[in-house]
Amino acid sequence: MQPLTNKAQAVSRKPMTFLERLYLINIIKGMVITFSHMFKKQPTIHYPEQKREFSPVFRGLHVLNRDEEGKERCTACGLCAVACPAEAITMEAAERTEDELHLYREEKYAAKYEINMLRCIFCGLCEEACPKDAIYLSETFAPANYTRKGFIYGKPDLLIPNPKTEAAALAMAKGVEA
Amino acid sequence: MTILSFDWAFIIEKLIMIAIIVFASLGIALYTTFGERKVAAILQDRPGPSRAGPFGLLQPLADGLKLITKEEIIPSHADKWLFILGPGLAMTASLLTCAVIPWGTAIHVFGRTVELQIADINIGILYVFAVVSMGVYGIMIGGWASNNKFSLLSALRAASQAISYELAMGLALIGLLMTTGSLSLKTIVEAQVAGNWWNVVYQPLGFLIFFICAMAECNRTPFDLPEAENELNFGYHQEYSSMKLGFYLFAEYINMIMSSAIMASMYFGGYDLPFFDESTVAPNIAAMIGVGTLLIKIVLFIFLFMWIRWTIPRFRYDQLMSLGWKTMIPLALFNMLLTGAIILAKL
Amino acid sequence: MSTLEILFYALSAFAIISAVMVLVSKNPIHSVLWLILVFFAISGHYILLNAQFLAIVNIIVYAGAIMVLFLFVIMLMNIKQENEFKKHLLVKFIGVLSGGSFLVLLVSLVKQTVQLQGQKVLLKEGNIGLIHPLGKALFTDYVVPFEISSVLFLSAMVGAVIIGKK
Repeated sequence: MQPLTNKAQAVSRKPMTFLERLYLINIIKGMVITFSHMFKKQPTIHYPEQKREFSPVFRGLHVLNRDEEGKERCTACGLCAVACPAEAITMEAAERTEDELHLYREEKYAAKYEINMLRCIFCGLCEEACPKDAIYLSETFAPANYTRKGFIYGKPDLLIPNPKTEAAALAMAKGVEA
Repeated sequence: MTILSFDWAFIIEKLIMIAIIVFASLGIALYTTFGERKVAAILQDRPGPSRAGPFGLLQPLADGLKLITKEEIIPSHADKWLFILGPGLAMTASLLTCAVIPWGTAIHVFGRTVELQIADINIGILYVFAVVSMGVYGIMIGGWASNNKFSLLSALRAASQAISYELAMGLALIGLLMTTGSLSLKTIVEAQVAGNWWNVVYQPLGFLIFFICAMAECNRTPFDLPEAENELNFGYHQEYSSMKLGFYLFAEYINMIMSSAIMASMYFGGYDLPFFDESTVAPNIAAMIGVGTLLIKIVLFIFLFMWIRWTIPRFRYDQLMSLGWKTMIPLALFNMLLTGAIILAKL
Repeated sequence: MSTLEILFYALSAFAIISAVMVLVSKNPIHSVLWLILVFFAISGHYILLNAQFLAIVNIIVYAGAIMVLFLFVIMLMNIKQENEFKKHLLVKFIGVLSGGSFLVLLVSLVKQTVQLQGQKVLLKEGNIGLIHPLGKALFTDYVVPFEISSVLFLSAMVGAVIIGKK
């Protein structure tokens, strides 16, 4: 294999000299190194006060999108569930009735939509598969929970706030970016 | 009847002194644990404990509270009384050392001259040695009483390490004692205050040996084989929990403070502030400056201990023994002979 | 009774009780620990005699070093009460007899000594136990026995090293 750096050194097997056997010089060298680290910049991020920037391609918790009038975009076609390699998505479809017109954009909608966050690998294939721009991966991650059941996110957990009725909550959820 | 015909004021004065020094030592030890974590963190580019209180200053209190409120566990096959005696003995032995350390010159309060030393006994250094050798029992008894093979092995290691390095320590000291001609710490410090140079100038080799041996006696890191995590799990305090564990951990820090104080007194002039004429200020203020100077020296030594701990890895056990017996003791003997020869040549 | 005498009797009682406990304790580790307490009591007596140097050396050497080695050996031997071998009755009898006669011998010796009769204990007097007189005595009047005993120690050390090498 080609050497990756020019720092490689052959191991020297010659017996140590008296000064080397004293180790005092090497100990002092080591102590100078540790002392110099006192003045180095600390890379620590003090978490709750400071947060590390998410990378632009970060894929976190899913959200179910609504359109501008607050109607759910999902039409329960099942493409996301098919695309999901971890089989984390379950859904049940239902037909929209007359008095639900303001709730759902399409004639068919997801009556139940569950994502098991313990199974999900956050690959983002559901996002790519969705023809209706209904599911997106956001920039948060699943918080800890006491039970496994707590990690199965239903529709109330996934849906974004309604831009019509809960504009303030939506603005908060969008955060600084908005 | 001569019973109870003491100088009661003297007794009260000494009791107050003891209380102040013991509580001050405990307080400093408390913050030494904090200092250790901070120093370790800073040397490793981390911020260290910073949550409890401003700059994390309340962290040691939180740690202490945690230790006190933890469940006391005594193993079912342990020797109960010795199991309790062990940490108590370790703590007592390390606190006893502070009796002979001269913290400063005398101060004058309420018309009395109060020496800032609990007891100026004429065999001060030997007393320190006696107390240090008692400290080994705390570890041995605790390790044996735990009824655990790892604890026992580590107790044996601790004892043999302490005995081996105590020898070299004593021999290194003989060189110093030859130059000072006294065993009393107070006299040694006063000679340094009066003289031109600190003893470390006359005894550099002796100091180096003493320092290394002190590190070994305190079970500090290049020599912390009694609690080697990777081979003995946690060493002699493996079975301990709650404040009994706290006592063992605390005793180590108090030992560190005491050995720093002794090194500062014997080799670095004790409460002597260089280039400062004490007669220019009031005697009480001069005494306080002296106490402050000694404390600063102690803090510097403690920092040195920590700095070494977070730089140098642990010895192997045979390396430890060969360093102690084959290097330190011959070097100390050589130092002794050299000192003797120089003293004879000067006469 | 002066304070010093009270201290003397307290220390003596402490020493004797601890010494009895050394013999009575079933567990050898406990015996060693009681023995350490005996050494402490005796060091206390040395201090009462104004012999601080002897007191401290007694603690450093006996309580600090030799007893640690005792503990070492006993801890490693792992003596249990169950596997203590049964002593023959005759052996016990002979043991009691020889021990008792040694005690009688000691007591009679002390009683016969003229110097000790009617003497009070020497408290806070004399200075032979301090480091200066002791050093002077050892290196002037008793220098030959001192050096001979050091040669003895040296030979013991050499012997230990030779045994250890085997």
